[in-house]
Amino acid sequence: MDHFQNPRNVGEINAADGVGEIGNPVCGDMMTFYISVKDGVIDDVKFKTFGCGAAIAVSSMVSEMAKGKTLDEAMTITNASVAQELGGLPANKMHCSNLGADALHRAIEDYRKKQGEEA
Amino acid sequence: MREVYLENHANTRIDERVLAVMLPYFGELYGNAQSIHSLGAKSRDAIERARGQVAGLIGGRESEIYFTSCASEANNLAIKGVAEANRQKGRHVIVSEIEHFSVLNAARRLGQQGFEVTLLPVDRYGLVSPADLRKAIREDTTLVSVQHANPEIGTVQPLAELGRICREKGIAFHTDAVCTAGIVPVDVNSLEADLLTLAGAQFYGPKGAAALYVRKGVRIVPQIDGGIQENGRRAGTENVPAIVGFGVACELIQREMEANALHLLHLRDRLVRVLPEKIPHLYINGHPERHLPNNINLSVEFVEGEGMFLFLDQKGIYVSSGSACASKALKMSHVLTAIKVDTAVGQGSILLTLSKYNTTEDVDFLLAEFPPIVAKLRDMSPLYSYFQKTGQRRVAGPGTDYEHEQEENREDG
Repeated sequence: MDHFQNPRNVGEINAADGVGEIGNPVCGDMMTFYISVKDGVIDDVKFKTFGCGAAIAVSSMVSEMAKGKTLDEAMTITNASVAQELGGLPANKMHCSNLGADALHRAIEDYRKKQGEEA
Repeated sequence: MREVYLENHANTRIDERVLAVMLPYFGELYGNAQSIHSLGAKSRDAIERARGQVAGLIGGRESEIYFTSCASEANNLAIKGVAEANRQKGRHVIVSEIEHFSVLNAARRLGQQGFEVTLLPVDRYGLVSPADLRKAIREDTTLVSVQHANPEIGTVQPLAELGRICREKGIAFHTDAVCTAGIVPVDVNSLEADLLTLAGAQFYGPKGAAALYVRKGVRIVPQIDGGIQENGRRAGTENVPAIVGFGVACELIQREMEANALHLLHLRDRLVRVLPEKIPHLYINGHPERHLPNNINLSVEFVEGEGMFLFLDQKGIYVSSGSACASKALKMSHVLTAIKVDTAVGQGSILLTLSKYNTTEDVDFLLAEFPPIVAKLRDMSPLYSYFQKTGQRRVAGPGTDYEHEQEENREDG
């Protein structure tokens, strides 16, 4: 509930190193993650979420879990680990935890793709 | 903490006067109404008194009132009971697509048992068209059920017109009047209704008792078999305290309905006028004029319903939402879907329903607390930031469903 009432890291990063988006408004859930990467480590994360209480809490938790991790470490953040960090989610809200981890992974993939193109 | 209860379409707070009359029937007047001794007779008399009070509210006769445990049961009795009684004449029933689940699912059950069900569509305000009803009626139609008003979007149906069409064709007409009885005048003769459902929990009576009005001459097959209660049409030991309370609630509301309605309209009009001023991109759903006096259904763009609901709940403001996330089934309200609210906008829906206990202070409190909650959620919303930057709405794009579809295709292919 704390992550829902006081979500951390809400916002956007202009010209972010990586952007990951998932979901769509029709489903009632949409998340966009922005990451800033220095020396292979995620040094800043921001997100915006359109979604229920669980979706907001999940986004906030994912953003906290990702900060300071290397890209590979961040890719290992899973739906289950997010739910666990939050102290569990009701069964019908587990799909919200999927979105959080997936959106972060997409941001990392986006960063890697950008790096790949430049290299 | 101040508590502002705005979910009165689900259930209202019981009136103290109702509770006072009920209490002895939990205590010293505990006889079973079917018992033939004097203690039982007191319960039986109390039930018959209540029967008269309920009949009085809706313009029916005492002998035409059947008590059930809840409105859902009354709706099931109406839909299944009438359809089954007329099986030989025909097996087609017609219901509107925005009925309460107890009507829709009872009709669906019939559909699984050799009946055909036609769902009448509604327009963007939720109105059923009499012309559509006429077109849908067939030689083998035996029952039409259309609610008096919709509990979610508040739209009041042109029932008398629909009822007259049914009368012309000799088809039984049922109406679910749960959200109108006790709120606006309901008369079974003006409405041309053969069957009508109502429940006291909507107008300051207790949960646990409701009624189905069945006009004399309408054939109906009981759904709960057993003893001879309710003239053989609904078995089961009567919930005497709840029925007594239901009756008293009917009697009180007959006298007080008009004054209540004025109070409700006053509060409702204030909310309808001020909320859009304080919160831009907010839309009120349902018909602008043919509308229940206690109902405000609104969609707030760019934010999601459950989020709003949770923040309001923390402030002691109790409302409900039609968004998918807020429903246990994870599906958007079937009513909002039927009136074709934009799906993304519909996810930001909130339903406020008032009662006589709500005050101007309650409304002031909501008007003070709701806009900052919306602002906070809009700050978090990618849809809002996109709109602010571009002036456009985000259209649905790759998303969870889309992704899953792609995965399924890949697996099959």
